[in-house]
Amino acid sequence: MRDQTSHHRETVLSVQGVKKKIGGKPIIKGVSFDVRAGEIFGFLGPNGSGKTTTIRMLVDLIKPTEGRILVCGEDVNRTPERALRHVGCIVENPEMYGYLTGWENLEHFARMQEGITHERIREVVETVGMDMRIHDKVKTYSLGMRQRLGIAQALLGKPKLLILDEPTNGLDPLGIKELREFIRQLADGGMSLFISSHLLSEIQLMCDRVAIIARGEVIAVGDVDELVSQADTYTVWQLDKPEEGHAMLAADPEVRLVKETEHRIDEALLAGMPGAIITVMDEDRIAERVRRFVEAGIGVRTVQRVAPSLEELFLRLTEGERIG
Amino acid sequence: MANLLNLVQNETIKVWKKRRFAVVLLILLILIPVFVYAQMKIAQNSAQKFKGDWRAELQTQITDNTRALGSDRIPEEWKKWRRALVQQLQYYLDHDINPRTPNAVTFTRGFMDNAVTLFIPLMVLAIASDLVSSERSSGTVKMLLTRPVRRWRILLSKLVTLTLYVSLIIVATVLLCYLISGLVFGYRGWGEPVFIGFQVSGADVNTSGVHAVPQVIYVLMQAGLAWFASMVVAILALMVSVLVRSTAASFVTMMAAIIAGAILTNMASSWHSAKYLFNVNLELTSYLQGTPPPIEGMTLGFSLAVLAVWAAAGLVVSFGVFTKQDILN
Repeated sequence: MRDQTSHHRETVLSVQGVKKKIGGKPIIKGVSFDVRAGEIFGFLGPNGSGKTTTIRMLVDLIKPTEGRILVCGEDVNRTPERALRHVGCIVENPEMYGYLTGWENLEHFARMQEGITHERIREVVETVGMDMRIHDKVKTYSLGMRQRLGIAQALLGKPKLLILDEPTNGLDPLGIKELREFIRQLADGGMSLFISSHLLSEIQLMCDRVAIIARGEVIAVGDVDELVSQADTYTVWQLDKPEEGHAMLAADPEVRLVKETEHRIDEALLAGMPGAIITVMDEDRIAERVRRFVEAGIGVRTVQRVAPSLEELFLRLTEGERIG
Repeated sequence: MANLLNLVQNETIKVWKKRRFAVVLLILLILIPVFVYAQMKIAQNSAQKFKGDWRAELQTQITDNTRALGSDRIPEEWKKWRRALVQQLQYYLDHDINPRTPNAVTFTRGFMDNAVTLFIPLMVLAIASDLVSSERSSGTVKMLLTRPVRRWRILLSKLVTLTLYVSLIIVATVLLCYLISGLVFGYRGWGEPVFIGFQVSGADVNTSGVHAVPQVIYVLMQAGLAWFASMVVAILALMVSVLVRSTAASFVTMMAAIIAGAILTNMASSWHSAKYLFNVNLELTSYLQGTPPPIEGMTLGFSLAVLAVWAAAGLVVSFGVFTKQDILN
């Protein structure tokens, strides 16, 4: 699935040294990355890191102070009428005209680009699966429906690049799963997708490559798995004799105990696991440790691997920067 | 690149579906009968008083106004206005023409004279004020501006649409006026002569250029001038709509400017440079009537020029800002 040949494919989006000052304050201090054909590219950063500002620059809503943005070789800010032909996007919420029907909205946007027929509109309506309510006014739509309509709109012009800004916001778990599958289908069809998120898990589940942005700067670009492996994955133990187990783990040279103040695991997760012992250790060593506990008469209630959070990854990445 | 006609179609559909024009029509349909009724009452009153003798009615009016001219308590500006009125009425009397025969065309003429400064601009604002600001407040601007169309074309399509609706408003006002008042006053009066070309110079009315035109021509001239004034209001409203994100703020700003103009006009101001403000120049039809201008030195040509300059500046600002501005939220 993670296609190795993607490295040799053409570049669809190229962001080169983009900076933006607003009111004299540098908001974006240097963003560069390339998105290749047919890949799902994640854009990861906490809220307020400059994600949305960057996305707005990609689609010519904001002009960069410095740097260039090319879509299929066309400069987005100089010749938007050519570059944006290859782009479909939803920036933040999919806002459409509430007083028009879904169909009228699609007709409206179809008229803004040459060569989009009614046949094509019917096609995208079918693709996003909303033929039932397409002739209802958009103001009666739920958020999920609006999301679908927004995607339909973005797909009208058969774009080479689809930009989705926090697409899972407001969707229920089932909707998120559907969206993920849908995105994968689009990518398999050769489209590039650019997806922003503030959740590492989401990017991990959806994307091939990722750029990580913090405080207006891209701090890392690379394969999702490679980047994630740079941060520790936790192994959380729940034992029926916590004190003894703790002592055993502490004495083990292959296991590192993590103090309560050092880890950044979600509180909600730990709340359901009283007396949990948090460690960092190799995955392959777990079975061996379970056996030793059982031999020592200590019952193992749960062993759980917990993926690092975005915060964790940030710390690791910025730490590396400082050392290097 | 999508052609301009498609974009204009889009904008026209949006204004239509927002029911803005329907609201304008509804206002006209409610208010015109009110004025027709009031006009009917006036006509009935004077019919009782003068028993249909319009010459006697005109003579009384002239006498009343002349008497007022002798009073010390009336300010000089008002006297000037009354003097001009007396001379005009005298002119009609001398030529044996009734300036106020009650019929649908005369009513339309009177309505247009009164509507050009406040009523028509208000209806224009109902459409112009949120043309851009509503796209920004609802967030749809993000969809609109991320399509492969240059921003100036989008604004141009909005401007063309606005021109279309302003024209429709003027046509609808004249037509509805005629049709509704005709029910009461009768649909005649097209060919009745109206004098134009009164020139107010100082304390005197110069009648050397006065000539009669059929009333229908007069109404058409009024409509043309009202269209021009409305277009200037529309363009300035478009500019405010580009600059201000909230529709309410944009509407209130323009409305305040227009009402301020109406007030300034009535102050018969001795503040001479006020004549360069757009809002005191909107009453273009008064030049046809030959009433003294609010500030000395204003002529039809002057007012048209001032309005044209304001409109041009409005367009420069609108296009300049719209094509360059960052859409931050």
